[in-house]
Amino acid sequence: MNELIRGLLFLPEQLSEHARAVDQLHFFIITTTMVAAAGVFATAIYFFVRYRRRSETDVTPHVTPTAIHEVLFIGVPLFFFLLWFAIGFPLYVNLQSPPPGAMDVYVQGKKWMWKFAYPGGPNSLDVLRVPAGRPVRLLITSRDVIHSFFAPALRLKQDALPGRYTQTWFTADRPGTYEIFCAEFCGIGHSAMLGRLVVMPADEFDAWLAEQRRGLAQAQDAAPGPGEAVLSASNLVAEGQRVAAAQGCLKCHSVDGSRHIGPTWVDLYLRREKLKGGEIVVVDEAYLTKSMMDPGAQLVDGYQNVMPTFQGKLSPPEAAAIVEYIKSLKTPAVRSGPSEGPAYESIPRK
Amino acid sequence: MSPSLASDPTVPAYNARNYLNEPATGLKSWAFTLDHKRIGVMFLVATTVAFALGGLFALLIRLELLTPGPTIMDAMTYNRLFTLHGVVMIFLFMIPAIPSGFGNFLLPIMLGAKDVAFPRLNLLSFYLYLLGAAVALYGMVHGGADTGWTFYTPYSTTTQTNVVPILLGAFILGFSSVLTGLNFIVTTHTLRAPGMTWDRIPLFVWSIYATSIIQILATPVLGMTLLLVALEHAFAWGIFDPARGGDPVLFQHFFWFYSHPAVYIMILPAMAVISEVVCAFSRKNIFGYKAVAYSSLGIAFVGFFTWGHHLFTSGQSAFDSGIFAVLSMFVAIFTAIKVFNWTATLYRGSIAFRTPFAYFVGFLFFLVFGGMTGVALATASLDIHWQDTYFVVAHFHFIMVGSTVMAFLAALHYWFPKITGRTYPEGWGLVGAVLVILGFNFTFIPQFLLGNSGMPRRYFSYPERFWALNVASTAGASVLAFGLVTVLVYVLVSLRWGPIAGSNPWRSRGFEWDTPSPPPVENFDTPPIITHQPHLYHDVAQDPAQSPAPEPSHAR
Repeated sequence: MNELIRGLLFLPEQLSEHARAVDQLHFFIITTTMVAAAGVFATAIYFFVRYRRRSETDVTPHVTPTAIHEVLFIGVPLFFFLLWFAIGFPLYVNLQSPPPGAMDVYVQGKKWMWKFAYPGGPNSLDVLRVPAGRPVRLLITSRDVIHSFFAPALRLKQDALPGRYTQTWFTADRPGTYEIFCAEFCGIGHSAMLGRLVVMPADEFDAWLAEQRRGLAQAQDAAPGPGEAVLSASNLVAEGQRVAAAQGCLKCHSVDGSRHIGPTWVDLYLRREKLKGGEIVVVDEAYLTKSMMDPGAQLVDGYQNVMPTFQGKLSPPEAAAIVEYIKSLKTPAVRSGPSEGPAYESIPRK
Repeated sequence: MSPSLASDPTVPAYNARNYLNEPATGLKSWAFTLDHKRIGVMFLVATTVAFALGGLFALLIRLELLTPGPTIMDAMTYNRLFTLHGVVMIFLFMIPAIPSGFGNFLLPIMLGAKDVAFPRLNLLSFYLYLLGAAVALYGMVHGGADTGWTFYTPYSTTTQTNVVPILLGAFILGFSSVLTGLNFIVTTHTLRAPGMTWDRIPLFVWSIYATSIIQILATPVLGMTLLLVALEHAFAWGIFDPARGGDPVLFQHFFWFYSHPAVYIMILPAMAVISEVVCAFSRKNIFGYKAVAYSSLGIAFVGFFTWGHHLFTSGQSAFDSGIFAVLSMFVAIFTAIKVFNWTATLYRGSIAFRTPFAYFVGFLFFLVFGGMTGVALATASLDIHWQDTYFVVAHFHFIMVGSTVMAFLAALHYWFPKITGRTYPEGWGLVGAVLVILGFNFTFIPQFLLGNSGMPRRYFSYPERFWALNVASTAGASVLAFGLVTVLVYVLVSLRWGPIAGSNPWRSRGFEWDTPSPPPVENFDTPPIITHQPHLYHDVAQDPAQSPAPEPSHAR
């Protein structure tokens, strides 16, 4: 029965006890609504037919309500509305009351990605891994504008506000991969701000977390100390790819030549770009690093000034690694002479 | 007896000396008119143009959503379009259409007055509307905002788009709204005809009066809020920006303190229309006059204390959410009272299924489901799932388009003979009504299901599992658009070629039908004296020969 109504209403699967309880309330409300509406409409339709105008000289009586009508008109809907509230509101309060001992995950929304951080590591972008059967508390904030963390399978949503933390919690029933949306409008990447909720069996999750933390420790151990040799250029490309993915650069800049929120990185190095003011620049190392630190200063024509600054967020070696990575992204075609314009074309409109 | 009536009372007569041709017919005589009827007609024309513009934006949005990826535009254009759709529909159509259009035309006539209390303010209100619309239009042409009509901070204060002209446009439109509300309140208090006691005031006036209270008390808060956003956008003062010590949620409280009552600015006038239509076409007195009249005031009052139900996911305390949830349910009770009373009015009536009545049926359907889904949202825990999804979109379109546009169309058809002196083609009217009501259902029922399945609103692209329902919704929108165009065509044709209506083609006992059609400049040939409530049908034989009342019946 539950599955049948859920299917009829197009509700996603129920991943938690809370989701099932909310759906039960949903089913109860929709049933009472349909019965009440059917009652009103059946009465109205009966009146349409029974009291249809038979002649232009019809005479109608003067009918006014008695006290019993007024009590019924107010009392019946009030009873049901308050009953719905009495069932629904405790569920809402429950969502605001995480159980003690819940595992904390810090959630940061920013244009246009989700960053998840576990105390003690690791961090991840857009993929939230949680253990099945254990309560998880999300501590949610935003780096720029308001976003909203929305996991339909959990019937869970909580706004991510800049400058403060909000919280919510859940216990996912069973392993699987589920959707995470941003539900508060946040700009041109709003509908691309998608995440994945990966629920793992508890023991697998523990193993994954331990391995990630070991990896972090090794990376710290292997980090070059002061005065040690820096990474070679080929390593810089790999490092740049890693940093670009971790910082979310690739959410807006494609590495396959397609036009996205920002210009593609393929063949970007030494390309001649037309700026918003009509000026032409050659994309060199200086332009690339300036664009990371002050993106609006020299904006490529046809794009919105939406990129946040990475000043203070990228260390100089990381910025250099990204530049090297961009330089490595070339189409194999051999070209003689410099390109006379953007190598990309906007996607043809259908 | 009025000399303008034909000697044979069974042949409908066109009142030759009316507000349309007196004192003059030139453009100047309209531009400087102080006649509430002409100002009402100008508002109707202007808001209808805005409705067409907003509808065009809606169609473009639906076309874009026909496929999961980009269809006909890029994300930025899409974001601007849904912002413009919201701004135009709400500030330029929904808020002024019924009160400033039909309200201006009818309220003084229903009260037996010659005009509103402040005719010059009334004209100023119309020009403020045009000015606000022009400023907002300038903003749309020069960049256009991408914030949504809700202007949530800090997005709206940091966006690169040209949001300030649109904010200022809405700010100016607020003054138009306040002046109209003020005018109606003073008119209702001071210009009632002899014998028009408070318990004889037509229900249309009661509901418009309640609307006016909200317009006066809530609109200044919106004006202040929009101004703060504009200042913050221009000078980065840090009122709403947490990086400068501001509070982004403060904006939401300010905004919804106006914009939730504004929902009632949009729906109360619709209820005003429906109370008149249901009486006229069932030829019955309203079942509970006091219940319907006072519930309008109840909605206006309690509507001020429910704004927090827009903030259930914002981190607002659970205690606050509980208070707002319960209060929201009380507003729904007042609406339920009205629904029951309208239905009970049909009991033992003489129901004529004309076009306005068909729209009443549509209105009832949409209000019941729009209202009940509203109460379901107010349970707080269900809102957590539905907030900012297509469920909310469908819910408020059921109330605003479903109920308010149905009432607008009902009013257009019901009072068309009074305003123009002519009738529209009844057959085409019913065809149009069926198309509009079906098209509307096909458009928005899939959106309820999309919301259930978790599709957030304001999405330019979406996962493929939402595809089928989006196609269904777009198909429905095309039927709705076709229906509305049908209505527009026959209404325009009838303006000129419609058959002469006569003073009271419906044989309604609303007071506005006691004057010839179109009404004379002074509204009544002889000043009326009110002796009873409107819509009393039990004490008159419904004799067609009596039809175009030779004398105002309440003057007897």
